[in-house]
Amino acid sequence: MMASVHSPSRGCIDIRDVTVSFSQNGASLDAVSGISLKVEPGEFVSIVGPSGCGKSTLLNIVAGFLSPTRGEASVDGAAIRGPGADRGVVFQQYSLFPWLRVRENVEFGLKMQGMCSSERQSKARTLLGLAGLLAFENHYPDQLSGGMKQRVGIVRALATGPQVLLMDEPFGALDAQTRVVMQEILTNMWQQLRLSVLFITHDIEESIFLSDKVYVMTARPGRIKAEIPIPLPRPRTAEMTSSPTFVAIQQQLKALIREESLAAMGGELADGGLGRDWHLGSEGVRAAL
Amino acid sequence: MASAIRMRSVHDAEALGAGDPAGPAAAGHPVAVPLVAVPPPAPPVAARPVVRPAAKASADGAVPPAWPVRLLAMVRAQVPSFLLAMVSIGLLIGFWYLATAYRWNFYIRFTNVPSPGEVYSDAVVLFGDPKFLTNIGISLWRIMLGFCIATVLGVSLGLLCGRYALLKGLMFPALEVIRPIPAIAWVPISIMLWPTTETSIVFITFIGAFFPILLNTLHGVGAVDRVLIRAARCLGASEFALMTQVVLRGALPHIFTGLAVGMGVAWVSLIAAEMISGQFGVGYFTWEAYSLIEYPHIVIGMLVIGVLGLLCSGAIRLLAKIVMPWQGTGGKENA
Ligand SMILES: Nc1ncnc2c1ncn2[C@@H]1O[C@H](COP(=O)(O)OP(=O)(O)O)[C@@H](O)[C@H]1O
Ligand SMILES: [Mg+2]
Repeated sequence: MMASVHSPSRGCIDIRDVTVSFSQNGASLDAVSGISLKVEPGEFVSIVGPSGCGKSTLLNIVAGFLSPTRGEASVDGAAIRGPGADRGVVFQQYSLFPWLRVRENVEFGLKMQGMCSSERQSKARTLLGLAGLLAFENHYPDQLSGGMKQRVGIVRALATGPQVLLMDEPFGALDAQTRVVMQEILTNMWQQLRLSVLFITHDIEESIFLSDKVYVMTARPGRIKAEIPIPLPRPRTAEMTSSPTFVAIQQQLKALIREESLAAMGGELADGGLGRDWHLGSEGVRAAL
Repeated sequence: MASAIRMRSVHDAEALGAGDPAGPAAAGHPVAVPLVAVPPPAPPVAARPVVRPAAKASADGAVPPAWPVRLLAMVRAQVPSFLLAMVSIGLLIGFWYLATAYRWNFYIRFTNVPSPGEVYSDAVVLFGDPKFLTNIGISLWRIMLGFCIATVLGVSLGLLCGRYALLKGLMFPALEVIRPIPAIAWVPISIMLWPTTETSIVFITFIGAFFPILLNTLHGVGAVDRVLIRAARCLGASEFALMTQVVLRGALPHIFTGLAVGMGVAWVSLIAAEMISGQFGVGYFTWEAYSLIEYPHIVIGMLVIGVLGLLCSGAIRLLAKIVMPWQGTGGKENA
């Protein structure tokens, strides 16, 4: 049903030489500086980087909440003018309307488009079924667990049939195990709907597991430090996380991010303190993030 | 990264967490649901809530008690507070009775205060008197009119001012000057302003209710989570839709606080206005009883005002429950 709607030739995000400055106490500070990146139609692209490096700022530009101080951002060749239903957004905080039932939340965007009630309902139910949430269609958001809320958030963002899905650390508030389930559900929906995803995360494994391409950002002001293609085949499985390719990319990303995390923390930590920890496991690096 | 088996079991546990017996079966294998398979038509919506308590109880290993048993338990739980309430009110009436029976006179004078018996016998007569009932009807009508106008204006102005800083900057300094003036202080000007006494009384009632409603609405708009507004805009909501379907809905809990407070102030204002400028109404009736030396009627008037005020606040609380069915859904299910 939806697959035919999304022709894979659409959903191209193009960010060209974008700089965003905020004025703080009279001084102008760059949050991101001269960033260029591209998400091809149907591609899954992640951005990783230390806290405060401007990941959310970048996503807010594509979402239309912010306009760049310099540079240009466009989707399918059209400059971004403001938020719109052609770009679905999933927020880190739960953003379901507490006064609407699960299905009504999913229908919200369709209602805004003026779709009739029965059509809305069947479309919402299809998508809820895809996310395994059909049994909860008449629940209020407060009755759901965090993982379910975020799944509804994804379904709601997809309901209007956007070409682009923007996700700002959507699983950041979830526990590690729920997150793994969410990743699998997301990959699955993405594969069936063939849309472009720009995904922001703290979690290196998550970015590798999900993406076709990972951008690493520098500490503030955020620049693109590296563009890492992920050549792992699809569909991805949990077993792949221990494959040599996966592990190699993981090590590479960890090293890149470690440098930036240290830079972000300034001279607070000497290299010897934290620097020895990272190869012991991802926990050390995560703590550093 | 966790194994596939672990993922599944976590998923199921998550579904169970919401206390829905239909959860694991329906939500356990979301990945396997093919895109083309349109789900079956709406399941019987009413069936689930009915099933839930029983299923939950049996999961706990307890036998669900039959409803008479539960009713009895509920009654038993309420008995102590009910008894206390009876004692409390009994003491009040007892004190009143003793004070009037012995015509207590120690700085506070009970010499002219009617006794409970007198009040009761006069009340029986009064409630058969169409003139008295008309007075009640008129007061209720005035409250309704003044309160409804205050609600419409207070809520819409509060929404607009909460959303548009410019409008707020323009309106608020003026409103802040007017706000501290109690509604009763408006009585003389109101009589001059409005062509009839009736409209001036409604106006004073309106003034009383307006500010609590306005300020609480404004506060409510400020309390709406900004991420919800962002989410709505991403979903293509127009400014009007944003206002009516997100900002208004999100502000409703605060708006209802404003309505409850406003209703109380509206009654205070109405009674004062009726006493001062009045023709008809319970306030007027109470004041007139004093002038006509019909002392039991004073107490009846007071009691009627109290009961009407109580009923009106009760109506607002009931309305809040109906209008905001999502409120308080969280605690019950996730407990
Ligand atoms: N509205 C704003 N005004 C001033 N500074 C801001 C604003 N929004 C973000 N910043 C600053 O820009 C930087 C990037 O923020 P953000 O994009 O949220 O980072 P990230 O999402 O990568 O953690 C931060 O240092 C933050 O303090
Ligand atoms: Mg962020």
